Amino acid sequence: MSAAISIRGLRVVRGGHEVLHGVDLEVEAGAVTGLLGPSGSGKTTLIRSVVGVQIVSDGEVSVLGLPAGRRELRSRIGYMTQEPAVYGDLTVLENLRYFGRILGVGASRVEEVVDLVQLGPEHDQVVASLSGGQRARVSLGTAILNSPDLLVLDEPTVGLDPVLRRALWDFFHELAVGGTTLLVSSHVMDEASRCDHLVLVRDGSILATETPDELRSRTGAADLDEAFLRLIDRRRP
Amino acid sequence: MTGATAARVLQQLRRDPRTIALLIVVPCFLIFITDQLFADEPQVFQQIGVPLLGLFPLISMFLVTSITMLRERTSGTLERLLAMPVAKLDILFGYGIAFAAVAVVQATIVSLVGFGLLDLTVVNPKVLVIALAVANAILGMALGLLVSAFARTEFQAVQFMPAFILPQILLCGLLVPRDQMAEWLQVVSALLPMTYAYDALSRAATDSPLGARFWFDVIVVTGVTLLALALGAATLRRRTP
Repeated sequence: MSAAISIRGLRVVRGGHEVLHGVDLEVEAGAVTGLLGPSGSGKTTLIRSVVGVQIVSDGEVSVLGLPAGRRELRSRIGYMTQEPAVYGDLTVLENLRYFGRILGVGASRVEEVVDLVQLGPEHDQVVASLSGGQRARVSLGTAILNSPDLLVLDEPTVGLDPVLRRALWDFFHELAVGGTTLLVSSHVMDEASRCDHLVLVRDGSILATETPDELRSRTGAADLDEAFLRLIDRRRP
Repeated sequence: MTGATAARVLQQLRRDPRTIALLIVVPCFLIFITDQLFADEPQVFQQIGVPLLGLFPLISMFLVTSITMLRERTSGTLERLLAMPVAKLDILFGYGIAFAAVAVVQATIVSLVGFGLLDLTVVNPKVLVIALAVANAILGMALGLLVSAFARTEFQAVQFMPAFILPQILLCGLLVPRDQMAEWLQVVSALLPMTYAYDALSRAATDSPLGARFWFDVIVVTGVTLLALALGAATLRRRTP
């Protein structure tokens, strides 16, 4: 397996507390890797370290063969934050056009992305007037504008209705088939089954890295929620 | 990319017509009040009216920039932008160009009121006052950008106005000539950028030809603007804790 992301001994201290305790991780290229764990487990910090916006205290993070945060990576990574980081006082189209100009993306790609995230009917609406799920899709649209090699999504499906969630997961897999590497975080275990690979995070450490099937068969649990619980129980002294 | 950012900032402002109205109407109203306040002493109004025209943009742009920039920081859009292939100067200059454009409009309209309706006079071309007003607007923007890094909430950012701007209004020479201040206040006054902005405006109104002191004022205002922009750029961190 070729790794798009390779992390060695990553330690991060935030607000005087160590939130990642020496994480080692490899993320396969051209696949959907799910980063799962309860909120507060360090998922966002791990994601921010990969994107290169997190100050890390120790360890190495290599992304697409380069140290995370390198200038050359900025045009190759798409990053969607947990809170939709878009301008509430601009319309959907204005937001995407602005970020498109920053990324050097043409007007036709902007139109294409509006359709991809299914915001055609809302393209002229001010983002602040949209629902939470629609705002999240504007943010997702921004992240995929420049067809990045690596797409890092922090809880992209929170608060979305099941139909839309399924559509988005299908879309993520389409991107992966096209060669994009996706790292997607979620705190909902039933999304885990939609990932090619799972990374289970708890209290700033990695509990397991495997496929959903491996996890189920290893723990003997029928659903992934139960599998996660069994893993935690086994770890207890 | 500078152009894209400037256009985006103006687009955002356009969505907020009430702010635009306040930016234009409030200074006009204040200059009118000042005129009425000194109805019996027109020479006082002459003395402080012109500097006021040029100082409004400094104050409004300081406020507008510190809040807008704080919003960029707290909404995550700044982090997103800085994770993209954009130079920090593109963002700063984008803001600079957008707010300078607003300042041109603001200063022109307030000047029309001051010169046209309230009979303010200047010995130099009136456009010089507008040019100084725009320079002051950019100074206000640069200062606002810098202090926005030290505010966590909009409440705090708004408090920087009385904390940072009000002392400068009191000490710049507008209310009491600097040479009549206590010595230690003169020293403080000499350290504040608005002192030089005020002095340049007041000399633009009365001195012909403009002396060395005027150009010294202009150099100080420009220098402080560049310094604040450089420090402001340093507060735009690609990596945060």
